[in-house]
Amino acid sequence: MKTTIISALALFLAFGASAQDKYFTRDGYIKFYSSTPIEDIAAENHKVTAILDEATGKLEFSALIKSFEFEKALMEEHFNENYMESNTFPKSTFKGEIVGFDASKFGAKPMEVTVKGMLEMHGVAKEISEKGTVTKQDGKYVLKSKMMVNPEDYKIEIPNTVREKIAKELEVTIDVALAIFKK
Amino acid sequence: MKFKHILALIAFGAFFIPTSLTAQDDMLDMLGEEEPQPVYATAGFKTTRIINGHSFEMNAHGVMDFKISHRFGTLNSGALNAFGLDNALMRIGFDYGLTKWLNVGIGRNGGAIKYYDGFAKVKFLRQQTGVKNIPISALFVSDFAIDANPKNNVEQQPYYFSHRLLYTNQIIIGRKFNDAFSLQIMPTHVHRNFVQTKAESNDVLLMGVAGRIKLSKRVAINAEYYYALPGQLDAQYKNSLSIGFDIETGGHVFQLHLTNSTGMVEPAFLTETRGSWLDGDIHFGFNVSRVFTVYRPKR
Repeated sequence: MKTTIISALALFLAFGASAQDKYFTRDGYIKFYSSTPIEDIAAENHKVTAILDEATGKLEFSALIKSFEFEKALMEEHFNENYMESNTFPKSTFKGEIVGFDASKFGAKPMEVTVKGMLEMHGVAKEISEKGTVTKQDGKYVLKSKMMVNPEDYKIEIPNTVREKIAKELEVTIDVALAIFKK
Repeated sequence: MKFKHILALIAFGAFFIPTSLTAQDDMLDMLGEEEPQPVYATAGFKTTRIINGHSFEMNAHGVMDFKISHRFGTLNSGALNAFGLDNALMRIGFDYGLTKWLNVGIGRNGGAIKYYDGFAKVKFLRQQTGVKNIPISALFVSDFAIDANPKNNVEQQPYYFSHRLLYTNQIIIGRKFNDAFSLQIMPTHVHRNFVQTKAESNDVLLMGVAGRIKLSKRVAINAEYYYALPGQLDAQYKNSLSIGFDIETGGHVFQLHLTNSTGMVEPAFLTETRGSWLDGDIHFGFNVSRVFTVYRPKR
């Protein structure tokens, strides 16, 4: 009985120790777009999870690969089966920070920031550093970014037969609005 | 008493350290488990046909699948006939996904064996995990065929249009076991309005089994066998056995195979397969499937 109380207390204190304001979303937006003269391919995910620690600027994203929606059903099937292998690697995550984060700097005007950290997808983790903007309005952080991703960096094989149809670098658009996280 | 305090302190410390560490390391964990989503098994086969018969896969809503199939003459017909290449039967067909659970299709089998055919295919159970746990997919396929061969010399007189009609009903129960291996069984009933001899029965019951093994991401090996219960077909007819490769190249699936059947409509390969594998009556054949998204359903 005593141990239970102590452990409960310990748990409570442990959380208390790291309790600062955190902001999160479960319906963030990520789009990727591949453009070639032969074919344009786009996929959208409206169920991205993201969390930001206001005290430290630490930032994390998580996206289910199967939640990416394509215009053509067969593209979605091939994306999951042949390229991302989503049964084996169901999630893509980013864990990093907004460099030089200072909560007091942000306001209604978009402010350019640099985000650094590890992007993991298809079982491969890679250190990235990308530019984006941060807006703070109505108690929400809005994070936006456009970045280029090379599938080959993540060991995503593109066979010669379709090489002409898939861009060397994919444009990834990120748009998330983070609301305060209440436990 | 003091000892107990120390114990409490140790317990406190032991709990404090790991909790605070994980809280810092992975903020995503704080959000707890995401709401479970249904995870459907997809792409158990590369296309909606194994070789001749249906697989448990469907065309998605709004997708039209244009299929061209050829079956050549037998390999044992000799070099003079280019081992069968000179002599081809073909089927041209269109399948369409009316909804995600209902497909319809029509086709024409031309050459030495002529048929028109049409089918409806309903997927009433979809293999999935996540919210619900359903280990198998189950489908019902209803197919009708019109025998379009000339009937000038048949003994049956008068020979009505209804004599030309053939019906096939099939249940498909299948499972994608893992990324590489899928298996299905197909209890099948064929009804023929007209048969050549009294010894043959109008109704034929068969059991089919089919599977695939993926060799690489884009190449799979498929096999399909239909066993007709004994005493229903004339002795000249054999069970249909086919084996082949699926090769996927983006929007196309090429299926190259060896089979002892030439007909590409259900009653033809189920009840009128003449070739015997053991005698070398093996036909080379291919199917080409090309899909078009003709309607984009709103999500």
